[in-house]
Amino acid sequence: MNTVPYKMIGKDVSVYYGEKRALFDVNLDIRENTVTALIGPSGCGKSTFLRTLNRMNDTIENCRVTGKITLDEDDIYDPSIDVVELRARVGMVFQKPNPFPKSIYENVSYGPRIHGLARTKAEFDEVVETSLQKAGLWNEVKDRLHEPGTGLSGGQQQRLCIARAVAVSPEVILMDEPCSALDPIATAKVEELIHELRANFTIVIVTHSMQQAARVSQRTAMFHLGNLVEENDTDKMFTNPDDQRTQDYIMGRFG
Amino acid sequence: MTDLASPAVMVSSRSAENRRDIGIKRRYAAERRFRAYGISAIAIGLFFLAVLLWSVVSKGYTAFQQTTITLPIEFSEKVIDPKNERATDPKRLQTVNYPVLVRDALVKQLGIDPKKRPLVKQASDMVSDSVRTQLRDIVVADPSVIGKTIPVTLLADANIDSAFKGQIDLKVAESKRKVKDQQVAWMNELAEAGVLKKSFNTGIFSFGASSRPEAAGVGVALVGSAYMMLIVLVLSLPIGVAASIYLEEFAPKNRLTDLIEVNINNLAAVPSIVYGLLGLAVFVNFAGMPRSAALVGGFVLTLMTLPTIIIATRAALKAVPPSIRSAALGLGASKMQTIFHHVLPLAMPGILTGTIIGLAHALGETAPLLLIGMVAFVVDYPGSPLEPSTALPVQIYMWANEAERAFVERTSGAIIILLIFLVFMNLGAILLRRRFERRW
Repeated sequence: MNTVPYKMIGKDVSVYYGEKRALFDVNLDIRENTVTALIGPSGCGKSTFLRTLNRMNDTIENCRVTGKITLDEDDIYDPSIDVVELRARVGMVFQKPNPFPKSIYENVSYGPRIHGLARTKAEFDEVVETSLQKAGLWNEVKDRLHEPGTGLSGGQQQRLCIARAVAVSPEVILMDEPCSALDPIATAKVEELIHELRANFTIVIVTHSMQQAARVSQRTAMFHLGNLVEENDTDKMFTNPDDQRTQDYIMGRFG
Repeated sequence: MTDLASPAVMVSSRSAENRRDIGIKRRYAAERRFRAYGISAIAIGLFFLAVLLWSVVSKGYTAFQQTTITLPIEFSEKVIDPKNERATDPKRLQTVNYPVLVRDALVKQLGIDPKKRPLVKQASDMVSDSVRTQLRDIVVADPSVIGKTIPVTLLADANIDSAFKGQIDLKVAESKRKVKDQQVAWMNELAEAGVLKKSFNTGIFSFGASSRPEAAGVGVALVGSAYMMLIVLVLSLPIGVAASIYLEEFAPKNRLTDLIEVNINNLAAVPSIVYGLLGLAVFVNFAGMPRSAALVGGFVLTLMTLPTIIIATRAALKAVPPSIRSAALGLGASKMQTIFHHVLPLAMPGILTGTIIGLAHALGETAPLLLIGMVAFVVDYPGSPLEPSTALPVQIYMWANEAERAFVERTSGAIIILLIFLVFMNLGAILLRRRFERRW
């Protein structure tokens, strides 16, 4: 496990919302083709950290990030890095399924269109089909690609959002509690999907479910009050954590 | 059985003893009271709306009917061109005393002795003075009618029109009313002969200003209003939407933008006459644009409409769920792409509604137009927005100042026309909303 190369490296990452400091010098490395789970009680900074990885925090007024985050050696906060290009390389899936109020086809083809990844109708058809297949949604929607994406069920919508993220061929996919709005069956499907996506993508997932973290991830990072408490192999984390706070949280003693 | 039943009885009796007073009755009474207030508020509103519509429609519907007299007019060469000069003098046909032709026809129709001048005068007063231009236009357009006799439908004089519609009280002493008994008798005679009758008044839509009510219409005002609406739409929609997008999406949130926002909200509440003064000072006096022109009116109404459109557009942009923005940004769309591909289409129903409400507001605006000189007596259609014209609400204002009975009904008629335009604009807003509305 330790021989896997690092995809993203976070060094002394701190985040401030105005005067309030939300993250304290977090050092966390994301390994390639690995699912990294971020866990911790609400308000601990795990979502904040996730959003620093593709600079979604830029859209928040008064938000300031210090420290250094690299993606394949490139400092993503360097002025020479374009945020649009970064987000094409680091995709994101949100807590609540948020398909565009357009057809399924348009939802998936939007990313490739704005990034010029496909030009002809045939190319678009292909990228839509492969993305939906990767997201395990193709068989369910192939006959109604031109119906609105918002007409799908919650679980299908979330997989559509994953297909939409996958269509841009990112290197890293960030998932912010992707299953919190889904029922157990839809959750199982998404988890299975995360498992399959791991072969091609590096995945970082924020979750409140210990079982989910244990099921889908290989590495787990525990946050508490803006600090990174512990980062370890998932197996070790859930059986024999190094830190007492991790143990308490996993056992449900606080949170 | 009794063993099983007794605990239940005990429980219910205990809860009955200990039941707290949580004011259920009071709460329901409060709710009923509130509903009653609401219903009465709506009822009062509907009542006044009904009164307004009833008063306007009952006074105004007669304006859409006009009494006409169809007479065989002899285009006698003796009257029109006794010395046969029309080939050499082009002005000859313009200056003919055309009403004489009508007088002669009426005298013949009614069998009056042409030598009894007061009677002849009374008869010719039954027909509108506008016959002069009407007959002139016929002859100038086709001089070959000279010497022939053809039936021409003429407008009845406004007083005869009012009398025929039953709006003049004939019990009043003859000397105190404008329609004489002899005229009423002739009117009834002509009506029985089928010569004088009521028909749909197309003139009210096509005529310009006139001091004779039967020849006055809102045609020029409609054209002026149409020019202004076009100018307002073309200017205020792009400027307003662009300003709102910049303020809402791009501008930094600081003191300056706060100040701008406060000012926009205040401008929406500035009395419209102030915009008229501004337009007079800036567009007419400083920039030297023509007075009474629809162009200046359009500019002034644009300034007045902009705050409304900006406020509506900003509200519509704010109402787009942030998750849609995050989704687009997360895919690597630039801010501009996010706004134009996703946010703007979703905000479109709100923007269009705001725009049309702003336009409807501008259509009914009178005060600023008075100050830039659009309260003018304009007879001819303006060929361009630079020529003098007037507007629908200003026409209503001018007619409301007239004393004749026939102008009273025309005022209400013009209000009905204005209301119909407003209803159509609001209908358009609803249809556009439906068309663009999407669920998410």
